[in-house]
Amino acid sequence: MASLQSLDVQARSGTTTPAPSIRQTTEVAKLIDESKCIGCKACQVACMNWNDLRDTVGENVGVYDNPADLSPSSWTLMRFFEVEPEQGKLEWLIRKDGCMHCADPGCLKACTAPGAIVQYSNGIVDFISENCIGCGYCVTGCPFNIPRISKKDHKAYKCTLCSDRVSVGLEPACVKTCPTGAISFGTKVDMKTYAEKRAGELQERGFKDAGVYDPTGVGGTHVMYVLKHANAPALVGLPEAPTVSPLVSVWKGITKPLASIALGLVALGAFLHYVTVGPKEVPEEEEEEHRRGRA
Amino acid sequence: MTPNHDQLVQRYTPRERAIHWIVAIAFVLAALSGLALFYPAFFALSALFGGGPGTRILHPFIGVVMFAVFCVTMVRFWHLNKVTDADRRWMKRIGDVIANRDDDLPEVGKYNAGQKYLFWVIVVMMWLLIASGIVMWRPYFADSFPIGLNRIAVVVHAASAFILIAGIMVHVYAAIWVKGTMRAMTRGTVTRAWAKHHHAGWYREISARK
Repeated sequence: MASLQSLDVQARSGTTTPAPSIRQTTEVAKLIDESKCIGCKACQVACMNWNDLRDTVGENVGVYDNPADLSPSSWTLMRFFEVEPEQGKLEWLIRKDGCMHCADPGCLKACTAPGAIVQYSNGIVDFISENCIGCGYCVTGCPFNIPRISKKDHKAYKCTLCSDRVSVGLEPACVKTCPTGAISFGTKVDMKTYAEKRAGELQERGFKDAGVYDPTGVGGTHVMYVLKHANAPALVGLPEAPTVSPLVSVWKGITKPLASIALGLVALGAFLHYVTVGPKEVPEEEEEEHRRGRA
Repeated sequence: MTPNHDQLVQRYTPRERAIHWIVAIAFVLAALSGLALFYPAFFALSALFGGGPGTRILHPFIGVVMFAVFCVTMVRFWHLNKVTDADRRWMKRIGDVIANRDDDLPEVGKYNAGQKYLFWVIVVMMWLLIASGIVMWRPYFADSFPIGLNRIAVVVHAASAFILIAGIMVHVYAAIWVKGTMRAMTRGTVTRAWAKHHHAGWYREISARK
């Protein structure tokens, strides 16, 4: 995506000073209700269609997942899981995978290219591909294994939450197309309320562990799930308690400005040593001795 | 005053000098391009390498050249940098060395303890940089390693680069600080007085050889 909204950028990669953030917009969220999903892949089609992307035709890998994984041109993907949450109770779970639009985005934190990743004040995390340098640090930073680097142009790609549509008051393409209403879109507050209600309904209907997936370890996400087994998100391939890896935080936190200052101090220290203590010279008499000795 | 030929002794052969300067040039380019990706304040340095993607492409290749040529230096100078008891005694008086109080320092061979420790710091950092660098190298190798290893590699790479840059700053300053040193690496020779004053053990050795 290109940046369409320059007034409401809440965070900007590779930038130490505040981004243009004068306009505060309402936080939005997409809610994916696992229990309503029938795995029709209309969301995948809508995503391709709106974003005008065509993945290469892949191979059948023996399961319904098609394509087999997210890719630079497949930004969302239905993942199918045959699981037995209880002995003898087979369940077929389907999860729409894609960027979670974290409030504390590991990709943005890790990104080294100024303005290649931005977070709008509505919570959407967007890749501004023209600024991407292809280092792959977003892959290193992401706790959900979402960004994919193109083999063609070496830029990173992922779901934009249809930031272009949302900026003009439309819902994301996947939401618009979903035939069962499994995907809804609105303000984060509304979606959270609705998600809790849906989880309650599922609990009443026998899914005692139903709940909302909005992990606090990444500050909450702007793509949330209602899961039938919220106690075991790993059943549908979601991390239990995702956080930005502490290694990434060490790597991108306070250490780098401190290291930069330290290098400056080494140079300054050396200069001050030279002008205070002075150069180390061979005493003139020793030089003279050798000159006479050889003369 | 230009010292005449009799007053000079050879410290580095032409081949050693050429290798040193290839490593040095590669280091400067690797450091500048690496700093561009290290912290936003330095990103402007990427302009020297044709922009962000250009920097990302060039940096690892420069690093490989630096490492590969450094390996020659590493093998060549390995045995000359073994730390001895005299070195440990010398190191205890590092304060005097820094303050230019050079009287009665323990005798120094071809390299003093400071140079030796720096050599080993550089050796260790070079290996850490090449190993971590390969793990994070896109588009060629990064995908072949698990993400956990990639996250360790980025931290190791940044930390070892920081130590190497700081170490080389000390190395460069030492050459500026100790007068008569620079010509060892530019012309290959030093004065006899310099050799005897700073590296008496080495001077004795080469004088005896003749």
